[in-house]
Amino acid sequence: MSAAGSSPKSPRHAAVVRVTHWITVIAFFALLLSGAEIVISHPRFYWGETGNVMTRPLFTLPIPASRNTVPTGYSYMLPDQNGWSRALHFQAAWAVVLTGLVYALFGLWSGHFRKDLLPVPADRKLHVFWEVIAKYLRRTPPDDAHSYNVLQRTAYLSVIFFLFPLVIWTGLAMSPAFDSAVPVAVNALGGRQSARTLHFFVSGLLLLFVVIHVTMVVLAGFRSRMRAMMIGDPIAAPERTLEHTLVEAEEGP
Amino acid sequence: MTPISRRKLITSGLAAGAGVAGLTVAARLAERYGLIPPDHKGIYGPGETLNYAAQRLLTAHSLAREFPRGMIAKEPFANYVAPLDDQFKRHQANGFSDWRLAVDGMVERPASLSLPDLKTLPRRSQITEVACEEGWSYIAEWIGTPLAEVLHTVGVLPHARYVVYFSSERDWWDSVDMAEALHRQTMLTYAMNDGDLPVGFGGPLRMRVPRQLGYKNVKYITRLTVTDTLKPFGKGLGSSSPEGGYAWYAGI
Repeated sequence: MSAAGSSPKSPRHAAVVRVTHWITVIAFFALLLSGAEIVISHPRFYWGETGNVMTRPLFTLPIPASRNTVPTGYSYMLPDQNGWSRALHFQAAWAVVLTGLVYALFGLWSGHFRKDLLPVPADRKLHVFWEVIAKYLRRTPPDDAHSYNVLQRTAYLSVIFFLFPLVIWTGLAMSPAFDSAVPVAVNALGGRQSARTLHFFVSGLLLLFVVIHVTMVVLAGFRSRMRAMMIGDPIAAPERTLEHTLVEAEEGP
Repeated sequence: MTPISRRKLITSGLAAGAGVAGLTVAARLAERYGLIPPDHKGIYGPGETLNYAAQRLLTAHSLAREFPRGMIAKEPFANYVAPLDDQFKRHQANGFSDWRLAVDGMVERPASLSLPDLKTLPRRSQITEVACEEGWSYIAEWIGTPLAEVLHTVGVLPHARYVVYFSSERDWWDSVDMAEALHRQTMLTYAMNDGDLPVGFGGPLRMRVPRQLGYKNVKYITRLTVTDTLKPFGKGLGSSSPEGGYAWYAGI
C-alpha cells in the first residue's frame, strides 16, 4: 500500500484518504450550515432530559430566532429554513458516516492509522509535546513534510476517534426513534437536552479543528499541501527554505 | 499516468456491474418490505429513504422511553397553532359534545365515533416526551385509546399499508405506516395529566406518536382513512409536512 513517505514516488496521501477527505469536507460544511440554521429556530440550550421556553436555559445564544415562540429580546425574526436544513443535515450525516466507515476500514487494513497517525513510541512523552509546541511558537518551518509530528498525529486521531464518534452519538441521541431502540444512547448522556447541548459543543470543537487545520495548511504552504491532498503529489524538498536549513544547521540534529 | 491495463478495465467493469445490480436488488427488497417513504424523490430523497429504512428496521419492536411521574412538566409548553376556525369554536362552546371521528377507507365497518364512544375503548396512559424538531421538549402523561383499538373495532382490510389522519384545521394532515399505527404507544389522546386534553395541546383529540417528533402528533383529529397508497392524498407525499419541506418520517 502507498503509505505516506514510504518512497519518493508514492503519493503523499493514498487515493482513499484523498477522496474520503474531500467528501468529508463537503459534508462537514453542509452539516455546519444546516446545523446553524436549525439552532436558529431555538437558540436556547438546556441540560437534562427536557427544556423549553417555560424552563430555565443553561445558556442562550444572543441571536434572533426563526420562530416567534422563542423570547430572544429581538423585535424581528430570521427566516425559517428548518425544512431543507433538516433534510440536508441528515443526508450529509449519512455521507459522513458512510465515508467515515470506508476511511476507518481502509485505515485499519492498510496500516494508515498505525504508520501515519499513531505517535511513534519515542514521541509518546509530555516533553516531546512541549518541544513541538515550542517549535510552533518560535514559528520554526516544518522540518519533515513526509511525516506528521506528535501534535498533528494526536489532533487527527482525536478528531477521527473521539470528536466524530461523539458528534454522531450525540446527534443520534436526539432521535426519538433511535432512542426507543437504544435508550442507553440518550440516558448515558444525561437526557435529550444534554445530548443537544453536547452536540452543539462538539460541533464547535470540530469547527475549531477545521480553523486551526486550514490555518496550518496555509502557513505550511497552501499550494503544495492542496496538491498533496488533491492529486497526491509528494511534498517536495524545495519547500524547505534557506532560512530553515540555516536554523537546522545552527541547532544541530 | 500509467495506461489502464485490460485486466484493470475488466475488473472495474465487473465491479461497476455488480454495484448497479446490487443497488437494483436492494431497491426491490426495500420496496417489498416497505422501506421506501412516500417522499423518497427529490435531492433529499436518498437521505429520507436511508433514515426511514434504517429506523424502520431498528425500531421494529422498540418502545419510546417512558418516564417517572415526577418528571412530568409542571408548566408544559403548548406550541403555537394558527387561529382556530369558527366551526372549531362552536365545538369548543358545546364542550365538544358533537365532535366526531370518522374512520373510513380500507376498513370492514366504516364508523363515526363520538368522544364517549372512544372512551368505551380500552384506556391507556403513557408518560412520554414530546420533542419538537426545533429542539425543545417536555414530558406529560397522555391518556387515550391506542389507535390499534380503533382500527380493531372497524376491521382493517389485509392490504392496508397506511393510516392517514386529518385535523379539523384545513391542510393539516399526516400519515403513519401500519407498523407505527398498530404500535401500542401510538394513541388517540383525549386527556392529559389530570384532566381533559386542553385545546392548546390538541384537545379534544390528538394523535400521539411518541417515537416520532412533535409535528407528527397532529392536533384536533376528525378523520382517519386507512389506505394502501398515499398517492391520492394531497401531493402524494404522505403528509402536509413534506409539502412544507419537512420529512414525512419524523423519527429523527
